[in-house]
Amino acid sequence: MRLRSAIKLASTALTLAALTLTAQPAGAADTVDPVADAKAFKKFFTDKFPKVKLDDFVNGPYSMNEDMHRQWEEKEQFPPYEFSLEMGKEMFSKPFKNGKSYEDCFPNKGIGIRQNYPYFDEKEGKVITLELALNRCRETNGEPPFSYVRDEMAALTAYMAFTSRGKPFDIKIPNDPRALEAYQKGKEYFYTRRGQLNFSCATCHVQSPGERIRAEVLAPALGILNAMPIYRSEWSGMGTTSRRFTTCNSQIRGVPLTPQDDEYRNVEYYLSYVSNGLPISGPGARP
Amino acid sequence: MRNRILKTALPLLLLVAGATCVLAEGSEADFKAAYAAAEAANKEAGSLRNQWTTTAATLATAKKSADAGEFDKATASAKEAEALAKASIFQATSEKERWKDMEIR
Repeated sequence: MRLRSAIKLASTALTLAALTLTAQPAGAADTVDPVADAKAFKKFFTDKFPKVKLDDFVNGPYSMNEDMHRQWEEKEQFPPYEFSLEMGKEMFSKPFKNGKSYEDCFPNKGIGIRQNYPYFDEKEGKVITLELALNRCRETNGEPPFSYVRDEMAALTAYMAFTSRGKPFDIKIPNDPRALEAYQKGKEYFYTRRGQLNFSCATCHVQSPGERIRAEVLAPALGILNAMPIYRSEWSGMGTTSRRFTTCNSQIRGVPLTPQDDEYRNVEYYLSYVSNGLPISGPGARP
Repeated sequence: MRNRILKTALPLLLLVAGATCVLAEGSEADFKAAYAAAEAANKEAGSLRNQWTTTAATLATAKKSADAGEFDKATASAKEAEALAKASIFQATSEKERWKDMEIR
């Protein structure tokens, strides 16, 4: 009887130990570790494209092969985003009706700070993108907000990106569980399939960069936001990050969310963070 | 003789007209039920932040056919819209865990 009890006890203990051991890796897999994510993200792309220098990923499809790279170099002689850059510079320095200007809303008067956006605002508990900060600046100073997908917003962000060219993305995740949650939600959005075509952001920009989708060469996700805003020949005009996200959604037959909804802010936070260290190259030009 | 023919034909004509009306009304009711079901499913997809553009387009086609009095066509489109909306709900639900399969680790 004693032996039977001892066997029962031992087998229960073994079962419990086995359960604990099997539960641990699953729990570990669900741990949010942005540093490890960013490392794995960079490794994935540098392994996939061993000939592409790390900093070159910010040139999107133009980094994918030599012919495309030559096209880009030629384009940069007379960049198609130049008109937008000039417009942005003029808009940025023009005071609002109350006499203040964009300079008053940003650190370092808004010059050379693009690499720090988006950031997590601990007071608000949310991600603040550059586009959102610009419109909040306008509204605080009694001006109507700009559309997030039109030329004015593209021009302002183009100018601000230009003043940060070459500076490495430096996105911080503060020691705040809400910041980590925003990052994780952004990651989830990036990998989640949606739309009738059942595509996620990763379907094109992780699984298929360098491949063609119709006439377009798909850009790698690494460094994809460093070049924003972009002039796209397909659009015959400039496009903001908001425009890029919403058109991606509609191209896969998903109803886009409203620009600067939490999901878009979070995915921008995630994508920018995993590209930390890569230089800002915006405004960019794309086919 | 003519009166007798009229007396016999008139009830028949009324019967046919009545039956047509009943059929048309039934068809409109079918459309309304199918459209309401499709709208409800699409609303649920909206709460999951995963509506499809094709659902909205098919709902619009259904409405257009109904406005033109083509209720059979309208009902078919509404049912198609409901199927699309349900597929988008399934996608959103299954992706809650499946997104991890694609993650770079």
